[in-house]
Amino acid sequence: MTAVLAGPAVRSGTRDLAGTGTLLRLALRRDRLMIPLWVLLLGLTVASLGGSFEALYDTAAQRSELARSMNANASMRALYGPVFGDSIGGLVAWRMAGFGAVLAAVMSLLIVVRHTREEEETGRQEMLSAAMVGRRAPITAALLTAFLANIALALVIGAGLTASGQPAAGSLALGLAIGGCGIFFAGVATIAAQLTESARLAKGLTGAVVGLAFVLRAAGDAATADGSSPLTWISPIGWSQHLRAYADERWWVLLLLAAGTGATAYAGYALTARRDLGMSFLPARPGPARAPASLNGAFGLAWRLQRMTLLGWTIGFVVAGGVFGGIANGAPDMVGDNEQTRQILERMGGAQALTDTFLATMAGMLGMVAALYATGAVLRLRGEETGDRAEPVLAGAVGRLRWVASHLVVAFLGTGVVLAAGGVGLAIGYGSTTGDMGGRFGPIVGATLAQIPAVWVLTGLATFLFGVLPKLATAAWGLVGVSLALGWIGPALDLPQWAMDLSPFSHLPKLPGGDVTATPFVWLLLIAAVSTTLGLVGAKRRDMG
Amino acid sequence: MTAATDPAAAVHVAGLHKSFGRTRALDGLDLTVTPGEVHGFLGPNGAGKSTTIRVLLGLLRADRGDARLLGKDPWHDAVALHRRIAYVPGDVTLWRNLSGGEVIDLYGRLRGGLDNARRARLLEHFELDPTKKGRTYSKGNRQKVALVAAFASDADLLILDEPTSGLDPLMEEVFQECVLEARDRGRTVLLSSHLLSEVEALCDRVSIIRKGRTVESGSLADLRHLTRTSVAAELAGPPDGLSRLPGVHGLDVQGNRVRLQVDTDKLDAVLRSLTTSGVRSLTSTPPTLEELFLRHYQDELGGEPGDGYHRTDAATKAAVRPSGAEPSDAEGVTTR
Repeated sequence: MTAVLAGPAVRSGTRDLAGTGTLLRLALRRDRLMIPLWVLLLGLTVASLGGSFEALYDTAAQRSELARSMNANASMRALYGPVFGDSIGGLVAWRMAGFGAVLAAVMSLLIVVRHTREEEETGRQEMLSAAMVGRRAPITAALLTAFLANIALALVIGAGLTASGQPAAGSLALGLAIGGCGIFFAGVATIAAQLTESARLAKGLTGAVVGLAFVLRAAGDAATADGSSPLTWISPIGWSQHLRAYADERWWVLLLLAAGTGATAYAGYALTARRDLGMSFLPARPGPARAPASLNGAFGLAWRLQRMTLLGWTIGFVVAGGVFGGIANGAPDMVGDNEQTRQILERMGGAQALTDTFLATMAGMLGMVAALYATGAVLRLRGEETGDRAEPVLAGAVGRLRWVASHLVVAFLGTGVVLAAGGVGLAIGYGSTTGDMGGRFGPIVGATLAQIPAVWVLTGLATFLFGVLPKLATAAWGLVGVSLALGWIGPALDLPQWAMDLSPFSHLPKLPGGDVTATPFVWLLLIAAVSTTLGLVGAKRRDMG
Repeated sequence: MTAATDPAAAVHVAGLHKSFGRTRALDGLDLTVTPGEVHGFLGPNGAGKSTTIRVLLGLLRADRGDARLLGKDPWHDAVALHRRIAYVPGDVTLWRNLSGGEVIDLYGRLRGGLDNARRARLLEHFELDPTKKGRTYSKGNRQKVALVAAFASDADLLILDEPTSGLDPLMEEVFQECVLEARDRGRTVLLSSHLLSEVEALCDRVSIIRKGRTVESGSLADLRHLTRTSVAAELAGPPDGLSRLPGVHGLDVQGNRVRLQVDTDKLDAVLRSLTTSGVRSLTSTPPTLEELFLRHYQDELGGEPGDGYHRTDAATKAAVRPSGAEPSDAEGVTTR
């Protein structure tokens, strides 16, 4: 057993760190699939963008025109941040420094919470802590795991972009900007893991901080063209961008990330030392002694279990829709004179007016993200089953179909609620900038609602997997992931139509503005209905639990 | 041992088979529980107790064999049956953000009603705080939530799968009172358990299963009869002819001291033989439940029934908690 002395400078004897090496190896062993997948998928996505920008903007004049028009547009600055350099690398950094940092932060928070609070919540930490494991070993091992994952990510990005012909220093800077932000949020996650007894809540808290950091940066960059707003500078995601990879790198920004990581991790360590194992700083409140009348069976239970999730998604969609809608009016400026970007945008959204194209793209994005909600709602069934909570319910007077249907109703109808919320947000955001609230309200809300059949296809496939191939149920996330990837980067990569058509969203008309025919809707609804039915039949016939 | 078809039985299982891939969980299991009895369901870990119970609850579909519950098919008539059944698993998991009281009420509603007065009384007896959220209960308290829900319900049949794991001895006492009270109300109880004192205190009949088969079934008195009594005696003179008597095992003679085990139904002849030599002192230890179970729990059942309980197998002993009610029996289990 080796005690690894690493991490932030806090007073701690080696005894407190005893077993860190063993825990670190345990964490790396448990994450041997998850971390490489994250690192490779995210790293190679960023690295591959160099090639696609090169293909799309092969002359310096085109690139400089793109940079000029992007920087002139407040809504695009809000989404991606300012363009600091108009080289190929500079465009990659513009496009990915912010989003890459967000994704690295998500990877970090999943790793840290998984190896700290989740271990305590499940009671596994108790067994480990009873062995030769110091008080600070779990948090240190979790931080080191996240640190290693982010360093690996930084190296993959740096090496990948260098290999594709970009300057090595800039490539490394972009890698470190993204990985460094990931490490910073690993520190934030250690704090969240001390505050709540629930791992899910700890992930949610950290996720909310990531979201806040993104919003602060977006607001700051929308307000000023050169990114000098203090709002940008209090956001770690802003730091990632202002490292200015490929544009006369400001390496000292890494010190900000390091200092921020040190401060948050120090707080995490300090809180760990001040609490008992399994306890938290935000204690659980007592609940009612009797059940309300609404908790009256399978449907009441499913609603109770899923309502807060649905509420969170609904609020998130109103806000996201509002932000997207607010920047839609500036969409025509974004494209400027660049014919190729115009073509891409048209391919992404349809041949209508550019504003409609932008709104249609946003409606499509909301649809794809709503598929994450729906899939999660369906897979609650599998979670209830493997968590042994379904067994006592099914041992009650609840038929299999009724139990499955109770969660499916939340998933299918919830999809409609979430998308309607996104549409209302989009319409209000758009209406508030054009001053014409009523004119486009119906078509915009209709555009997000038109996504429902495609989401339902993925909902139905998730149901099918749960009912027929339960051990592969989590593959439903993979199906959503493929749809998201096709929709998000497929157009930029110029994929053939048959590949794009693997996503159910590819078959929808581009709304608002496009022509509506019944055929794709009928087909999508049919596929959704058949897969859902097969899933129900499978769930009725198979062994449960 | 093969149960005859008994339509009146509360639980009737015959020749039940269930495999998971290549693992054979149930291999021709038989089980009959008559209405109004408390039936002990015993077997080592992995013997197939929980699998049987899951078949009875209609969660698993048996590959082969017959299973009837209250005269109905547990797979096809699941919903109608479950109105009359209360189930307590051995490891209760609760929803993190539902309070214990809410879960109790929910289970009651899923079972077609619960008696509010009894619910209140049970909460008091089990000393359970119903306002705590699911994630904050200890294992024992989660178990209590399921027990209160089961005993407060009006179910005809209680299926309890190692329900007292995690309960302290005081709560174990409360649990036993609840089972006896349920029986007095005419309920049937199928109790899977490793606690021999619990089985002895509560069960009218027991079935012991091993590797997916029923190896023994009957009343506790019946089962005792099948086992051996340990005898230790100090005699006036050397013993004579003991080794020739039928049913004597493990004879150990040291001068005038004799230790042996004898099939309980052959005890008479041994005592007669001993008294002919003159008895100075005599201890006779009746077969303990522990011996009985160890014999069946032992992995190597061997050709000669009963060989098993001569060895003290640490692993097996760990699985079976010794009974407090039975006299400790160092004499009976000699290590060879």
